[in-house]
Amino acid sequence: MNGAHPLQEKMRKKSIKEISPIDVYKLLPKTNCGECQESNCMAFATRVVNGELTITDCPPLLTDEHHEARTELADLLAPPVRVVTIGKDDHSIAIGGKYVLQRHEFTYHNPPPIAIDVHDLMPEVELLDRIRQIEQFSYNYIGRKLVLNAIAIRSTSHDPAVFRHAVKKIAEISQYPVILCSFDPAVMEAGLSEIPASRPLMYAATRENWKSMAELSLKYHAPLAVFAPNDLSLMRSLTKTLQKSGVSDLVLDPGTFAENGLADTISNFSLIRTQACRDHDELFGFPILGAPIAVWAGEEISEEVLKWREAITASMLLSRYADLLIMHSLDGWVLLPQLIWRFNLYTDPRKPVSVEAGVKIFGKPDRDSPVLMTTNYALTYFTVESDIKAANLDCYLVIVDTGGISVESAVAGRIFTAESIASSLKTYDIKSLVNHTTLILPGLAARISGETEDVSGWHILVGPKDSSGLSHYIREHWPPEA
Amino acid sequence: MSVVAQKNHKNQLIHEQLLTLAPQLLELLKGVQQVELENFAMDIGNLELFFPMGRTTDALDTVSNPNKPVKPTELIPDHCVPHITEYPGKILEVTLGATKSNGGTRGRTVTIGGSTAPAFTDFSHPLVHPPAIALDVFDMPVNLPKVLKEHVQEVIGDPAEWARMNVKKFGADIVTIHLMSTDPLINNTSPAQAAKTVEEILQAVDVPLIIGGCGDPKKDADVFAKVAEMADGERLLLNSVTLDMVEAKTLEGVATAARDHGHVVLAFTGLELNNAKELNRRLYEYIPPEQIVMDLTTVALGYGLEYSFSIHERARHAALMGDTELAHPVISASTNAWAAREAWMQIAPEYGPRELRGPIWETINAITLLLAGIDLFMMMHPAAVLTLRDIINRLGTTGHVPSDRIGEWVSVRV
Repeated sequence: MNGAHPLQEKMRKKSIKEISPIDVYKLLPKTNCGECQESNCMAFATRVVNGELTITDCPPLLTDEHHEARTELADLLAPPVRVVTIGKDDHSIAIGGKYVLQRHEFTYHNPPPIAIDVHDLMPEVELLDRIRQIEQFSYNYIGRKLVLNAIAIRSTSHDPAVFRHAVKKIAEISQYPVILCSFDPAVMEAGLSEIPASRPLMYAATRENWKSMAELSLKYHAPLAVFAPNDLSLMRSLTKTLQKSGVSDLVLDPGTFAENGLADTISNFSLIRTQACRDHDELFGFPILGAPIAVWAGEEISEEVLKWREAITASMLLSRYADLLIMHSLDGWVLLPQLIWRFNLYTDPRKPVSVEAGVKIFGKPDRDSPVLMTTNYALTYFTVESDIKAANLDCYLVIVDTGGISVESAVAGRIFTAESIASSLKTYDIKSLVNHTTLILPGLAARISGETEDVSGWHILVGPKDSSGLSHYIREHWPPEA
Repeated sequence: MSVVAQKNHKNQLIHEQLLTLAPQLLELLKGVQQVELENFAMDIGNLELFFPMGRTTDALDTVSNPNKPVKPTELIPDHCVPHITEYPGKILEVTLGATKSNGGTRGRTVTIGGSTAPAFTDFSHPLVHPPAIALDVFDMPVNLPKVLKEHVQEVIGDPAEWARMNVKKFGADIVTIHLMSTDPLINNTSPAQAAKTVEEILQAVDVPLIIGGCGDPKKDADVFAKVAEMADGERLLLNSVTLDMVEAKTLEGVATAARDHGHVVLAFTGLELNNAKELNRRLYEYIPPEQIVMDLTTVALGYGLEYSFSIHERARHAALMGDTELAHPVISASTNAWAAREAWMQIAPEYGPRELRGPIWETINAITLLLAGIDLFMMMHPAAVLTLRDIINRLGTTGHVPSDRIGEWVSVRV
């Protein structure tokens, strides 16, 4: 598709999709020792190529004897976008590590951390309160806890001593990885010297300060962001120069323009990632930083509008290759869509949309327990499952095969019908599980309840439209009146 | 798409809970929009600045000689020569609505499609046609949220007047009339009556129309055939034709009626490209490809939007690579965003009021799929409509980058 591009011939390296298990197998010890828990080396190689295991899962490969093969494998399997870690040890976060441009080509790795800002002139009480809010913000989504991940400390004082003090205060109470934000190397060093072993991300090297920032990055072993607003030639120039200076953990910020310049922003992010993934362009092969927080430095308008704009910008950058976001708003309605979209975007697209149809047992149901029903669309099922578990219900859940379509669409599309319901009840022999013949249909299937009663011979109750109402519904309606 | 009609009927409860904050938001966003409209221009002249000719050959020296011992003291110059991919394929252009000279009565038409590259990736492939926005009208009384009622109270139950308002007040490019009442399980309104409703709307507004059926493959076929005949030459978009119609043996009738009377069909399939291709192949037997738009299914954020996102990226990529069976413009029902409980449900206060959560949900649903290449949106919330239009304008406007102030967020006091 990009055969015309000169770089491609020059830099040709196999993409993850082109690497076969044989390519990996050739470099393995081939002893079938089983130390990786796989049945043989070929099985291990297959799982490595699928991204399910990494070469470090093969213990013999880590010995000196296989040093050369290990290096070769690492080269072969290296993602075109380098992984950069921020923070120390157990609390570190990995960003980048992308293998492909588009999600459906393989899968995206390392969901972008979301950092929220604080600044060094905040009164201490306010500062500590904001840190607490950042750490406590979470949302329970289909059984997963979605959270914020890092703290960006900005220097509004431009005073090294003030910045250093703020960094100290934060380090005392929080283990979260931090991003130190100042274009002034003196301020940056003040912050770094306070947490010399914490690997904060330094934000940022520019055309003006790159030399000092490079020295600090080397001195403190801290990853360094490169800021070249809307100037990809400068970005390449800086990246190249910093690499030659010995700095290898770089993060690219081509500028986040949420208003005028939005088109350029989306295009810059896309070009950087396209060249990294399609051409193995190593000067662009780094994680990209998005800064939706930049809307707050724009025109003075209502806070609600700025939050609205920040939310939209963040979601666009998540879709368009950002590997790390810095945001300002802590409002739930701004953050919730980001946390959920990030989670969704980083699920494995190779996994099917549907779950297996059948009967699922929750808690310890007896012969008088309720029988619920849903479809086998994965997200419908996981939502219902998580609600049943949260409500501690003892029940049976019949999962009807609708080809992975949600209840509402399956009713509209005549897939979830009286006939398919009756046939599922029969196939899974639900009568043998309980002493009653009452079925609770999803509320969104209310329109087919009468027909279903006729066709199946079961008594039908119409449950809540949203499974979050199940707990209340069962309390009110179960057992049904005779 | 039938799912939308179903949803709009079934989720009246949800709808009642929307929009309470809409007026405030709209006020705020209105001010914003005026600013953008002034700036709206396709500044192609600046392209050359971004694509310098030639290429420096030492671009990757660092990589090939990473161990060069000498640390640079000056910035090493480099140039970015953007990766521009020329694709063999092109998305068909489909025109909705027909003016008098083309056999219809519309005052304006809307053409969608024409893309020659993935959306918004590089400036050498600007959008041929900006994505269009269609707003809903229902052919029977529906319960609407209180705040919306303040604006539309007098038009509920009056589809023609409602359509007029969508165009005048909310700036709809296209109006969708959902013939919800034709559902055999609702009012079972006759095809003749449905055609009369469409006729009224054709007289009320001069924008192109989308005709929404009820989802029943037999009834929709009867209704679409009747409407197609009545509105001969108007280039309506019939929403939708499905593989269910193949099974019900009604597809041929609908497709030939659309062809004979000069309309466009919306081919609806559920997140499955093989089905989308199969349905299109069936349609090619009866109707020219330029009269087919695809709906690959839009799922709500939190309930599978990623499937919609990836199916659209895959379809667009395949089409641009030369798969003509997928080279049709695509439509998205962003209204489906409201199926997400995070959009409509009262949840813990730390997640904000649903009056904001709802519209931001629809907005992000739409914008996410805009990036994946959607050509036409079916929308509901006025704030989502305003925002999407704003973003479409901004994404089509290059070369006005205020680089001087961009770093200020680092030290601004907020």
